[in-house]
Amino acid sequence: MNEVLLRNLTPSVLGILVRRGADFAAAEDAVQDALVEAVRVWPDDPPRDPKGWLVTVAWRRFLDATRADTARRRREDLVDEEPAPGPAPATDDTLQLYFLCAHPSLTPSSAVALTLRAVGGLTTRQIAQAYLVPEATMAQRISRAKRTVSGVRFDQPGEVATVLRVLYLVFNEGYSGDVDLAAEAIRLTRQVAGVIDHPEVSGLLALMLLHHARRAARTAPDGSLVPLAEQDRARWDTTLIAEGVTILQLALARDRLGEFQAQAAIAALHADAPCAQETDWVQIVEWYDELVALTDSPVVRLNRAVAVGEADGPRAGLAALAALDDSLPRHTAVAAYLHERDGDLSTAARLYAEAAHKAPNLAERDHLTRQAARLNSRRSQ
Amino acid sequence: MAKYLLLKHYRGAPAAVNDVPMDQWTPEEISAHVQYMNDFAARLEKSGEYVDSQALSPEGTFVRYDGEGRPPVTDGPFAETKDVIAGWMIIDVDSYERAVELAGELSAAPGAGGRPIHEWLELRPFLGTHSTTTDCTFK
Repeated sequence: MNEVLLRNLTPSVLGILVRRGADFAAAEDAVQDALVEAVRVWPDDPPRDPKGWLVTVAWRRFLDATRADTARRRREDLVDEEPAPGPAPATDDTLQLYFLCAHPSLTPSSAVALTLRAVGGLTTRQIAQAYLVPEATMAQRISRAKRTVSGVRFDQPGEVATVLRVLYLVFNEGYSGDVDLAAEAIRLTRQVAGVIDHPEVSGLLALMLLHHARRAARTAPDGSLVPLAEQDRARWDTTLIAEGVTILQLALARDRLGEFQAQAAIAALHADAPCAQETDWVQIVEWYDELVALTDSPVVRLNRAVAVGEADGPRAGLAALAALDDSLPRHTAVAAYLHERDGDLSTAARLYAEAAHKAPNLAERDHLTRQAARLNSRRSQ
Repeated sequence: MAKYLLLKHYRGAPAAVNDVPMDQWTPEEISAHVQYMNDFAARLEKSGEYVDSQALSPEGTFVRYDGEGRPPVTDGPFAETKDVIAGWMIIDVDSYERAVELAGELSAAPGAGGRPIHEWLELRPFLGTHSTTTDCTFK
């Protein structure tokens, strides 16, 4: 049995229960129970209509839970109201669930957890393992999130941007535990792209595909980080790149530029270069200018300084860098890189070591320490 | 979504405002303190921000490798060691600001006279193991 196919049905099944009058939190629990049951039963006894099966089982679970609950009256009302099982307007419901799970009243970590469970169909244990917290903590985080959105009307239109931000966070978490969160984010973004026609949804999907295409080349067998310029481009996934580029081109043709499309355009230009030396840095700088105009983000300006350093030489990059706040994360790492390109190896070595000290994660710390060590050992020869 | 370590020191942190050794509190004050700590952890579990907490014995042993085929060398405890860790709590929160807020609450645990200890806690961010994918052009 394909667990992903099963999980693809999660949002529409949940949507049907909510439409029938189940409150979101109870319906979500019932759908989780039905998924667990499906994993147990389907391998020996596959249903002819998987979605219908899930709706029936989840609805029964919901009624059982309500019966066990004090709300007996409510349950009896619901039984009376129960509509005949059948196809429901699944697309609208799916999108509504994404809006609900990314509701602005939720903190980012709550929105992420709720999205992965309610529309992703992952178990609490899987989500807890992926984020390296105890299962009890994740269970509390999810039930709190459900309480937070319990008063939100299901048919209220939400903002696509909030959903995209949550999916972007999931994608960036990468891979830990036995859940591939990057792949999961791509699956969910595809699902959103399937129910709403929006250039930024396409932009985010393209961005994810183009970055995911480089994943195998991004880390060495020992787990250390391989920078873009040194990656073995033969290991990039050309199918994912082709798909990402096609999606991006269709989105850009609609002339409603947004930050995800601009980021994807930069990723596409990298993907397009047969080797690092042939990268079209001039065009990349132009896209960074677009991104600065769209976001005014200091992180974008920092990345732009790197691109300027490649397009117009390290001095130009350092000049762009000089205009930025030096307390920005990775500012020192960028300065080290540009000084090395400029031939000032002693400054570069000192800055790499300093950047390693401030690195936000182990992979980057080790990478920067190696850069410092490489320059130091070269100079002492 | 970042993990932080709240470190409590037996020794090595600046002096607390209400700096009376625990053995000079009343038994009721000690109970109130323990209750506060338990309640704090329970509250974090409920908010989905709790990861772990442990207390450590104040005295430990130093150990090092002593060469092929030889048993490790042990030494200590050293009375002069400046920094002694008493225990920790690990939290998983949305922001640095939230981590500071929680550390502040923990530092308000009651001590002598039932007044907050105002103890200095050390707040250390975890280094993640992997690097986020899309926020850096080098990858």
